[in-house]
Amino acid sequence: MEDASQAGLDIVVLVKHVPDAQFDRHISGEDRTTVREESILSELDEYALEAALQIVEAHGGEAAGHRVTAVTMGPPAAASAVKKALQIGAHAGVHLSDEALAGSDAAGTSRALAAVVRHLGAVDLVLTGMASTDGETSLVPAQLAERLDLPQVTFASSLEVQQQDGSWSLTARRDGDVYSETVEATLPAVVSVTDQINEPRYPNFKGIMAAKKKPLTTLSLEDVGVDASEVGLAGAWTRVLTADPRPPRSQGTIISDEGDAGIRIVDFLAAQKLL
Amino acid sequence: MATVLVLIDQPGEGLHKSHRELLTIASGLGGAAVAFLGDLNEAVAQELGARGVRTIYRPSSADVGEFLVAGKAAFLAATVRASSPSAVLLGNSFEAKEIAARAGVQLTSGVITDAVAIGEDFSVTKSVLAGSYAVEAKVITGTPLITVKANTVDVAPAGDGGAPEVVTVDSAMPARAARITGRTAKAASGRPELTEARVIVAGGRGVDGDFTPVEELADALGGAVGASRAATDAGWIEHSAQIGQTGKTVSPQLYISAGISGAIQQKAGMQTAKVIIAVNKDADSPVFEIADFGVVGDLFKVLPQATAEIIKRRS
Repeated sequence: MEDASQAGLDIVVLVKHVPDAQFDRHISGEDRTTVREESILSELDEYALEAALQIVEAHGGEAAGHRVTAVTMGPPAAASAVKKALQIGAHAGVHLSDEALAGSDAAGTSRALAAVVRHLGAVDLVLTGMASTDGETSLVPAQLAERLDLPQVTFASSLEVQQQDGSWSLTARRDGDVYSETVEATLPAVVSVTDQINEPRYPNFKGIMAAKKKPLTTLSLEDVGVDASEVGLAGAWTRVLTADPRPPRSQGTIISDEGDAGIRIVDFLAAQKLL
Repeated sequence: MATVLVLIDQPGEGLHKSHRELLTIASGLGGAAVAFLGDLNEAVAQELGARGVRTIYRPSSADVGEFLVAGKAAFLAATVRASSPSAVLLGNSFEAKEIAARAGVQLTSGVITDAVAIGEDFSVTKSVLAGSYAVEAKVITGTPLITVKANTVDVAPAGDGGAPEVVTVDSAMPARAARITGRTAKAASGRPELTEARVIVAGGRGVDGDFTPVEELADALGGAVGASRAATDAGWIEHSAQIGQTGKTVSPQLYISAGISGAIQQKAGMQTAKVIIAVNKDADSPVFEIADFGVVGDLFKVLPQATAEIIKRRS
């Protein structure tokens, strides 16, 4: 006897609310943390959400018991990243919101997110983007796999999930500089995807209206069993000592080609001793 | 004296320039030991000795590399426990960052990526927010695990040290890990690695499918070929050539940008280059705001003329 609800895939997509990279971004305060006004759903996380939705659609959709939950952590405003994910198509949202999270480094972030995933119970797949567009370290997916003791499949540029004899597994491609690798793992697993994997969809009017009725749960650190001293600035294993805006590059000489620009480039290279 | 452990992962036939840079930094901070993955041939062992490495740690199991990252991270963590280094240095590839990330969790140790300089107290200088800030950061818990960008130091000349001692380290194979079941080597271009290259010539939308002038100028300068996301998305060149926020971040001595507008996503990957030259038809392209020398013109005329002039002056 197979219970349909048990056969369904529970997919968690981790999304981050990040300062919009189209504008100048800043670091401020005595703790030298990133200014988070003008923030949006990280562009790179949209690929993870799209990958999750495509997996669900390829295996019978929501009716087959599959479910995509968008999870974020951060200040109250970060909930808007989850709301956007719900508009695009996630079925439920979770926001870990706690003042003590401010200033978390990768170690603190992965600790808090691992606790949320455990709190959610039987999760089959944790999907993330390849990096956040603000921290840019790409450390968190690997640390999540380590903390959750799950297979790590990172930088996937293709991803397929298949079911055989009732158990799920995945096949992914990982494109390195020297090799292209095929990677296989049984679920549950932690997977990060690159911006090559798909073309993320946009929220449509129907999705925006439907999102208003979808569940969005707010959790505190206490709810997920993490002590405030283990995250945020207090729990960070790294510290930013100084942060200085890089002086803007000054504009150099700009010429219009009058038939000799190639030669003038070489003159410039010679003057700079770059030949 | 501080011992700094350097992770060298699959060098193949011989050490890469980036490995030599890491060893140079480690020697400057005290002394270098090496955690080594892959086949250790005689020439590599000799060179490590000549570069002052006294001890090479190797995994007891040959198949750590069959499991994605987890096996390598477990080996690195076990080596740190066995040898108690003052810090660990790794390259700055995605995989090296992930090995550091997982070993960091196992060792309760902080990780800092993208280092461009390391102080005697292991404080790290790096760029953040797409190169718009320079920060100094420090690991305050555990053994600092630092991934270092290429081209940050000049490689010190090798000495004449003897062969290092080789020590085998036992590490548990991960119970739950993804298995690498297939591996296809990519065609080698014969050009330098993008992240290690001193000169990069990059093409964007303006090359309109034809990278020939970009490649010819790169070859005349002994440089690597890069691309904007528009060019890789269009399929004109392989994705691994992409420079920018979701591609590679490079800091070469010379970056020549051809037919690239220089929007923020591209700038994020190259604005720490020492000298930037830009060629673009559109005088309003943002790339001209950061170029040391800019040409408003047709890259199909300007680049071949520059290539021919370089070849002429060298002959």
